[in-house]
Amino acid sequence: MSRSSRHALSLVWPPVVFGVALILVWELAVKAFDFQPYFLPAPSAIWDAFRANTSLIWEATKVSGLNALIGLIVGTAIGVAMAFLLARFRLVDDLLTPLAVALNAIPIFVLVAVFNNMYPVTSEVPRRLMVTLVVYFIVLINVARGLREVGGVYLDLMRSYAASDVTILRKVRVPHAVPYLFTALKIAAPASVITAFVSEYFGGVQNGLGSRIVSNIALSNNAEAWAYVVGACLLGLAFFLAAVALERVATPGGPGARERDEA
Amino acid sequence: MTSTPASAGGGANAVEVRGLSKVFNPGRPDAVEALADIDLAIPVGAFVSLIGPSGCGKSTQLRLIANLTEPTTGEVLVNGKPARAARLDQDYGMAFQQAGLFEWRSVAKNVELPLELKGWDKASRHARALEMLELVKLSEFAGHFPWQLSGGMQQRVAIARALAAHPPLLLMDEPFGALDEMTREHMQTELLRICAETATTVVFVTHSIPEAVFLSTRVVVMSPRPGRITDVIDVALGAERSVDTRETAAFFAKVTEVREALRGIQPADVEPDIEQVTEER
Repeated sequence: MSRSSRHALSLVWPPVVFGVALILVWELAVKAFDFQPYFLPAPSAIWDAFRANTSLIWEATKVSGLNALIGLIVGTAIGVAMAFLLARFRLVDDLLTPLAVALNAIPIFVLVAVFNNMYPVTSEVPRRLMVTLVVYFIVLINVARGLREVGGVYLDLMRSYAASDVTILRKVRVPHAVPYLFTALKIAAPASVITAFVSEYFGGVQNGLGSRIVSNIALSNNAEAWAYVVGACLLGLAFFLAAVALERVATPGGPGARERDEA
Repeated sequence: MTSTPASAGGGANAVEVRGLSKVFNPGRPDAVEALADIDLAIPVGAFVSLIGPSGCGKSTQLRLIANLTEPTTGEVLVNGKPARAARLDQDYGMAFQQAGLFEWRSVAKNVELPLELKGWDKASRHARALEMLELVKLSEFAGHFPWQLSGGMQQRVAIARALAAHPPLLLMDEPFGALDEMTREHMQTELLRICAETATTVVFVTHSIPEAVFLSTRVVVMSPRPGRITDVIDVALGAERSVDTRETAAFFAKVTEVREALRGIQPADVEPDIEQVTEER
C-alpha cells in the first residue's frame, strides 16, 4: 500500500468506526429500553422500511433533487453575475451589500409561503425560487469578496505591467475568485437540498422527500419517515460530494491541492 | 552592472526626478505632505538605495518613479520618457516586500505573466521563463506552485518575473524585508550577480543600513515630515562583492557614514562602531 493511500485510510477509519458504533448503540438502546416505534424506530426497522420503499424514495429524491439542482444552478448563475456587477460598480455594491446581508439574516424560508400564493398549487416553481434565493446570497457574498479582495501588491504589479481593468479582471480577479466560488458551492449545495425539503413543508404537491417525511409522520409510519430522512441525507451528501469533486477538477494545482497535500 | 563609479554615468540617466513633491489628500484636514523638493538623477547601470526611517517617503518616491501614483508637483523621467509613458511601455520591472506570486499559476507561469501581457507567444515566453529561472537558480521548480516554495525562493521567483521582459530598470520596495538574516544576505549576493549579468539599473528601497551599503553604488538618505533627501553617499566597494566584503573596514566605514547621515551628525566626529553594526545586521 502506498503512503498516500495508507494516509487516506487513516483519515477514513475513525469516523466510519464511530458511525457504525453509533448505529449499534442506537439499535441496542431501542431493544434494551423497549422504545416504541413512534418514539424512535430501530436502525434495522428503518433499513427494512428503506428496502421496502426504495423505488418510492427514489422517485421522491428525484423530485426534491431536481428542485435543488435547478435552484442551485440558477442561483449560482445569478449570484456570479451579480458579484461581477458589485465588483465593477461601487454604487451597486453600496446599494446591494447591506440589503443582501440584511436579507440573509432573516429566515427567508418563510417566503416560500408567499411564492406558493403566486403560482398554481401543482407548480414546482415556488420551491425552485426559494432554493435559487438561498443559493444566490451564498454565492453572491463569497464571489464578490473573491473578486474584490485582491491584495494591493497584485494590483500594483498589474499596473506596472500597464494592464487594463479588463485584463486585471481576467488575469487576477476571476482566478482569485474561483476558490471563493467553490467555498460558496460547498455551502450552497447541501443548503439547496435542505431548502428544497423545507419548502415542501409549506404546501404544494406532496411528491418530494420533505412532503413524504411529513405525511409518513402524520400516518405514524415512523420507520418509513426515517427511511425518507435517510434518502434526504444521501441526497445532501451527494450534492456536497459533487461540489467537492467539481472543485478538484477545476483547480488541480490550486489551494484545494494544498489542503489535500497538507491533510 | 559595470565597475564604473556611478558618478561617472556618461550623461545617460535611467531615472530623473525634478522638483518632485507629493501631498496625499491635498486641501483636506488630513492632508499629508509625503515628499518635498526631491531632485534625483540615477545614472544607467547604478544601484541606488533609498534609505530612511518609516514615513520618510522612500516607498512613495519609488511608486512615483513607477507611476503607480501621480506627483503633486514636479516631473519624473524614466529612460528619458515621462513616468507614465515608461510604465505603459513596461520599461521597468518591480518587486515588492511580498513576493506577490499568483497562487493559481505555476512558478514558470508566474514568470511568464509580464510576457503574456506583452503579447509574446507561448513558446518564446516559456523559453524565457526557463532562462530566468535558471538565472535565479530555480530551474527545477518551474512546475511547482508558489506555496510549495520557501519565502526566499518565492522572492527569487518574483525577481525572475520582474526581469523576465529584460527591462533596463528594476524597482524594488524592501524585497528582502520579510526574510530572515541568512536568507537575506544570500539574496543580496544573488541580486548583485543577477544585476551584473543582466546590466540592470536598480532603485532599491530599504531600511537596513548594511543592506544599502552592501548593494549600492549610491545611497540616498531621506528624512521624514516631509520626505526630503538629506544626503547622497557614494559607495565604491567594487564590482566583486562577497561575504568577505561585509567584514572589510571600507564596508564598516560606509555603514557608519550612512548611520551618521541618518542621525544628522557629521561622520568625522564618530569612530566606526563595529559592535553596533553587527547588532544592526
